[in-house]
Amino acid sequence: MRRAGALPYLLILPSVLFLGVLFVVPLVQTALLAFQQGGAWSLDDWHRMAEDLNFTDAVRNTFSVVLIVVPLQCALALGMTMLLRHVRHGRDLILWVWSIPLGISDLAAGLVWLALLTDQGWLNTLLFKAGLISGPQAWLTYETPMVLLAGIIVAELWRATAIVFVILLAGVQLLPKEYEEAAEVFGASPWQRFWRVTLPLLRPSLQTALILRTVLAFEMFAMALALGGRNFPVMVSEAFNWQYGSQDYGVAASYAVLVMAISVAATLVYLVALRVPAEQRA
Amino acid sequence: MKAAPFRRAFVTAFATALLGAAWASAAPAARAEDLVFLSTQLRPIESAQKMRTEILAGAPVPTRFVTEQPPQLGVHVRAEAQGGNVVSSLIGGLHGELLPLAGTDNLAPLDDVLASLAERKINPAMLAAGKFGGAQQLYIPWMQATYIMVANRQALPFLPEGADINALTYAQLGQWAANIQAKTGKRMLGFPAGPTGLMPRFFEGYLYPSFTGGVVRTFRSPEAEQMWTQFRELWKSVNPNSTNYGFMQEPLLSGDVWIAFDHVARVMDALSRKPEEFVAFPAPAGPKGRGWMPVVAGLSIAKGAPAAADAAKLIEYLTRPAVQLATLKAVAFFPVVQVEMPADLDPGLKLAADAVAKMGAAPDSVVSALPVGLDQRGGEFDKLFMDTFQRVVLRGEAPRAALDRQAETLKRIIAETKAACWAPDAPSDGPCPVQ
Repeated sequence: MRRAGALPYLLILPSVLFLGVLFVVPLVQTALLAFQQGGAWSLDDWHRMAEDLNFTDAVRNTFSVVLIVVPLQCALALGMTMLLRHVRHGRDLILWVWSIPLGISDLAAGLVWLALLTDQGWLNTLLFKAGLISGPQAWLTYETPMVLLAGIIVAELWRATAIVFVILLAGVQLLPKEYEEAAEVFGASPWQRFWRVTLPLLRPSLQTALILRTVLAFEMFAMALALGGRNFPVMVSEAFNWQYGSQDYGVAASYAVLVMAISVAATLVYLVALRVPAEQRA
Repeated sequence: MKAAPFRRAFVTAFATALLGAAWASAAPAARAEDLVFLSTQLRPIESAQKMRTEILAGAPVPTRFVTEQPPQLGVHVRAEAQGGNVVSSLIGGLHGELLPLAGTDNLAPLDDVLASLAERKINPAMLAAGKFGGAQQLYIPWMQATYIMVANRQALPFLPEGADINALTYAQLGQWAANIQAKTGKRMLGFPAGPTGLMPRFFEGYLYPSFTGGVVRTFRSPEAEQMWTQFRELWKSVNPNSTNYGFMQEPLLSGDVWIAFDHVARVMDALSRKPEEFVAFPAPAGPKGRGWMPVVAGLSIAKGAPAAADAAKLIEYLTRPAVQLATLKAVAFFPVVQVEMPADLDPGLKLAADAVAKMGAAPDSVVSALPVGLDQRGGEFDKLFMDTFQRVVLRGEAPRAALDRQAETLKRIIAETKAACWAPDAPSDGPCPVQ
């Protein structure tokens, strides 16, 4: 009996070791780097991070993107999932097309959107041919911060809605049809069925999708770099700049720890707010 | 230091095995006893490949060309020396990269090598810099590059009256861009101020020396305040996409900008592809002269090098006028010895070479060195200038307040590195003071 009890732990031991060596150790090292200066405990790196020219912008930009993109993506993905439930012909084709962005790296996607939005890009060509502008119009500069933000949001919506969609679709496919049919028999309208039956049942999938997307959105980097460059600092791009541009590993580590703290906090909020009832847990 | 041949070969082979498959696959034909040439220059794969297949193909000794990131050069060379088996014989790097190696006594004196190069007309100022202020020659100039201005010929009719394009002032440059903006409605002056651009060098080597005659000492001087005010005014005619530009050859070729400042290697593509469309000319001058930053790469022999005699032969080869010309053609780095430019030189290269020559010969030129002695803090030093630019020019902060604030960061960087002043700042005993 005791051997059988130890077996599961033995089996997960390799992955625990793997995580410990490749994740926990660097994590602790990063945290030490952020809180130490010359071997002594210090908040110097944090002060320098907070006093830096780009810090407020980076935090504001990151939160703007997360707060706008994540809810929009959830709404869009829910809509797409519900639509797909009622499609009879060409379902696979639609599914395939909608999942394409999943297979494209963020930097490649960023460069595609840069080609669309740059001065001599396709958007300007289109607007010019339609007679709406008289010459190249700059969209992605420090003079047009709102358009820049909008561009990054649209690009992020295009790039990363697919992952939310795929998770929700998997969740929807697992839902028993009986609940909805019962609601229909009792005369519930489609809206009522969605709000009262489908959405609550989808809560576990929604929770997973929200956690994943929010954490990834806080780590957004390539898209902001490709479209915004110096004009749109985000927290991770600042960490990158401090690490590789300025070679100040302490401040970079402070950013990394800050991003991690925010991600953990967001995850906890979701875990509490979207608590999944015990009977619904897998 | 006469190791038995087999032992030396063993050590070299062992080190080669240690240093891994990357080099081996990059130079499959290399033999273990080849001379190792370690360089921070010509790192881009295309340049490195041209170096290996074109320039070094004719070398008198079989050579393995190995590149290294600038911040790692010192670590690499010192590690070899401390480990007791020096692998790299010849070291190629910029003045500021070789300086720390001289400080730690890792470079062999080259006076004998230099004596054998007596008939080469090496640029005397660059040669003198190769002594790092001491008595012995520690590197021999290898090749040079710098920053130039390039303009589309369509911009020339808008030059302010009486302005000589080869002797522009910053005021005239601003007027020129403003004229274009007034007549065409477009802002056609561009700077490489994007994340991968070399804009910090413009402030460190061009704008500050031209307006203040210094960089560190004069960082927050009244002249600097005046300079930032004027530059902010000039920026009103600068293409707002400048904060995204990395290499100016791209916006020049696409026609997004007509006038641009950048490293010569980063505008070369535009000059080579459309030499009839562009002109190249020196950077403008300010009240204190025409600041410019020649980027000189030198060749040193490592102390304890396994193939010191062969390395000397390679130095002789690389400084031959014909090889200097071949280097220019292959990788667009300019000669440091006097050479006759051939008539059939690529027209784009000729444009650039003329601009570089004019820059160096300008009577009012103020030569700036690349920052020296900042080591790992070099990136932060660059950020300091970009932050000041962002504050004053992009966000419209008052120059005085921004400079006073940023000066604190500069003082901290200098205090941490104890870097002494470099040109054009007057020399200092100890850390360079921020006045």
